[in-house]
Amino acid sequence: MALGAWAQRVDETLTRFGRRPEYLLQMLIALQEHENWLPPEALTALAAALDLPRARVEGVVGFYSFLHAEPVGQYRLLFSDNIIDRMCGSEALMARLCHSLWLAPGQVSEDGLASVDVTSCTGLGDQGPAMLVNGRAIAALNEDRIDIICELIRQKLALDAWPVELFQFENTIQQRDALLSCTALPGDALRAAIAMGRDAWLSQMQASRLRGRGGAGFTTAVKWLACRDAPTVEKIVVCNADEGEPGTFKDRVLLDAHADLVFEGMTLAAWAVGARRGFLYLRGEYLNLRPALEATLARRRAEGWLGASIGGVAGFDFDIEIHLGAGAYVCGEETALLESLEGKRGTPRIRPPFPVTHGYLGLPTVVNNVETLAKCCLIALHGGAAFAATGTAQSAGTKLLSVSGDCARPGIYEFPFGVTVRQVLDACGASDTLAVQVGGAAGITLAPYEFGRRVAFEDVPTAGAFMVFNDTRDMFEVAHNFVRFFAHESCGFCTPCRVGTSLLAGTLDKLAEGKGSPADLLEIEDLDRLLKQASHCGLGSAAPNPVIDGLQKFRPAYERHLMHADFSPAFDLDGALRRARQITGRDDAGAHLPQQPEASR
Amino acid sequence: MSRSTFLLDGQSVPFDDGQMILEAARAAGRYIPHLCWHPDFPPHGSCKLCVVKVAGRHVSACATPARAGAEVESDTPEINTERRTLLQMLFVEGNHFCPACEKSGDCQLQAMAYDLEMTTPRFRHFFPDRPVDASHPEVLLDFNRCIYCELCVRASREQDGKAVFALTGRGINKKLAVNAESGRLADTDFAADDKAARICPVGVILKKRVGFAVPIGERTYDRAPLHEVALPKSEGDT
Ligand SMILES: Cc1cc2nc3c(=O)[nH]c(=O)nc-3n(C[C@H](O)[C@H](O)[C@H](O)COP(=O)(O)O)c2cc1C
Ligand code: SF4
Ligand code: SF4
Ligand code: FES
Repeated sequence: MALGAWAQRVDETLTRFGRRPEYLLQMLIALQEHENWLPPEALTALAAALDLPRARVEGVVGFYSFLHAEPVGQYRLLFSDNIIDRMCGSEALMARLCHSLWLAPGQVSEDGLASVDVTSCTGLGDQGPAMLVNGRAIAALNEDRIDIICELIRQKLALDAWPVELFQFENTIQQRDALLSCTALPGDALRAAIAMGRDAWLSQMQASRLRGRGGAGFTTAVKWLACRDAPTVEKIVVCNADEGEPGTFKDRVLLDAHADLVFEGMTLAAWAVGARRGFLYLRGEYLNLRPALEATLARRRAEGWLGASIGGVAGFDFDIEIHLGAGAYVCGEETALLESLEGKRGTPRIRPPFPVTHGYLGLPTVVNNVETLAKCCLIALHGGAAFAATGTAQSAGTKLLSVSGDCARPGIYEFPFGVTVRQVLDACGASDTLAVQVGGAAGITLAPYEFGRRVAFEDVPTAGAFMVFNDTRDMFEVAHNFVRFFAHESCGFCTPCRVGTSLLAGTLDKLAEGKGSPADLLEIEDLDRLLKQASHCGLGSAAPNPVIDGLQKFRPAYERHLMHADFSPAFDLDGALRRARQITGRDDAGAHLPQQPEASR
Repeated sequence: MSRSTFLLDGQSVPFDDGQMILEAARAAGRYIPHLCWHPDFPPHGSCKLCVVKVAGRHVSACATPARAGAEVESDTPEINTERRTLLQMLFVEGNHFCPACEKSGDCQLQAMAYDLEMTTPRFRHFFPDRPVDASHPEVLLDFNRCIYCELCVRASREQDGKAVFALTGRGINKKLAVNAESGRLADTDFAADDKAARICPVGVILKKRVGFAVPIGERTYDRAPLHEVALPKSEGDT
């Protein structure tokens, strides 16, 4: 591609986004659409045009999994690699696709047509296995769909010409409560909150005792008050739609089926804190949802629920932009999200200061989860007391659960907080359940003796994932999958997480190969402790959770992988002969050393 | 008016409002290990060697404001074991062959390993492939030893008014990049008398043609241990 062409493309991109460096990530995503990668000259041209150091632009490209500084083929095919996708057969389907297209995972085909690899959970656990084709998700994969996809690729058909039904998701809503059965029309909640006045609206929020649904469970009204009272006049509202926690997909369904509630919730937050700008930070995996979301925003502007003088109130001006993520789980962490919104690498900030005083571009910023914001509409419509009347003492209202795995009816379930794990298992038709992973990879692994525990901040907190495993599953394999996820997603900023997650993954790899020793289990416990205590952000400190729980509740699943029950060999004697066997072409019993005849396997 | 104080390993340390634990401790002549912290820059908080325990929580002393009456544990077996593990992680993550390194004896990573009595690397080595950049006439970049403290990034940006260095990649694949399409230091505006040329605590950014001018055995940390050299009086000559 000639230099001139990139200069022109960069120019077009600048026109579209303005010469604002905080749009760097959005510009890179847009520029990449031309050739499915970002050649060196494109980065040089963009850096020059924005007057940014080139190395900074390169650093941003290098951070995000979905941006490529090297060619990845005309079609980039990424299989969702959550344990749930694997349980639905993703590995065999990936092998089928590789075989059919004559390529190996991780490599670009010789003709530059395609490359195949895995990616972190794509948020389609209820209709897996799933994959991304050039960033666009295809769910419900099976052999037929794989064969269709291979054929479309061989024909070199542009993605826009592929059958649209390939890119459609189901919104599998299995159980509705207050939120999912809300029939309010766009503007109803805002009209109510505006009638109350800002202060009374905030009082209703306080009365509701609403706590954040994104994981940490911080009281929403406290956050809003702190932002409102921060000295800087200009305020920002951010909706966190990064939903990267493996096994979570309730925000996807809300954005698809109830986008008005989400945008209205953001506008209600703006009304409370006095913000004029809002951002929806949408994970790259949910690209398919973007056109409909943009259409909803446009309609709300036309209806007067966004833009200037909202609801006819002079001075109540607020609008929302959608920013895309590009394949980085850590960007769900609110300060990393703000860095990413500013067009930078998604490295979590040092706190304090907190976003409510120093957020986007240093401005006081409210960051809330999709579900949290949607719930605000219920509070505006029915009052804080009504909201607080359901749930438990410390967890008011309902919770959306993303149920997937070994059950008859995966999908979204809305339950009042306080529901027991067993009730959820019964509702989704799970039987012979060995374990439930609540809250995603970062969450908690529950064994059958704990199924009487309650989903609530005071007992089993969750951002919404509920992955079910029956007694044919190996809980070591589950934890292994989660730890590899964390190692892949570590931002690399702090030593314990950058190195520790890789060491942990390496030790579990060793166990998976059947070469573990008791010393490895001690090593694992040591790494777990360090990650928990010394990590800079919640990613590192949650990374060992699945292994800590696994070793405590499913220890035999780990011990099965030990080669020696009592002593730890310095090296693998038989393994050392592997090369010799290869060279001599021998593989008979005489070419093997007995490893541990007395081993208690 | 008397200043507020906190307790560091049982001894009282005065501090000013807003001062971080590590800074206040240094000002009082008390050493808390640190690699990514530098007096010329705001706290960075990435190496975690400055970890201390406050009210049962492990926090970074360089980035945690001191609070009156707080009890801070630093020089304890528990915390030093944690620091030793972090050092072992930094050693196995890169390629550190101290006997062949020009920085040996002047290297803060090595000196800290001696200080904290790290005797083995403990973990398996990653042996990453990180080619050196010898393109610049006066300075060599040996990325094998980078610990990602970002001091060169910050010094170049904030003190030299350039932006020669930046980080790219993510997680364990993070790496240092230089500001040129070719990826070569020679093609940047880097100069040997930049602040960034002298700030690396380990042996990445090395001046050419002065190798072993000071013999091993007579270098900074051969003469005095890190926990003495790193205190304010002598900070200038590290
Ligand atoms: C590694 C990591 C990933 C996170 N991912 C998300 C996410 O995808 N969505 C989300 O809403 N919150 C996520 N969070 C929590 C956010 O930091 C933040 O607490 C939340 O967005 C606040 O909104 P809430 O109070 O409405 O829950 C994540 C936190 C961490 C540490
Ligand atoms: S804990 Fe992991 S994700 Fe968080 S800052 Fe450290 S390296 Fe980055
Ligand atoms: S080159 Fe040196 S100063 Fe720069 S990040 Fe690496 S270790 Fe730090
Ligand atoms: S010195 Fe505090 S984290 Fe590096």
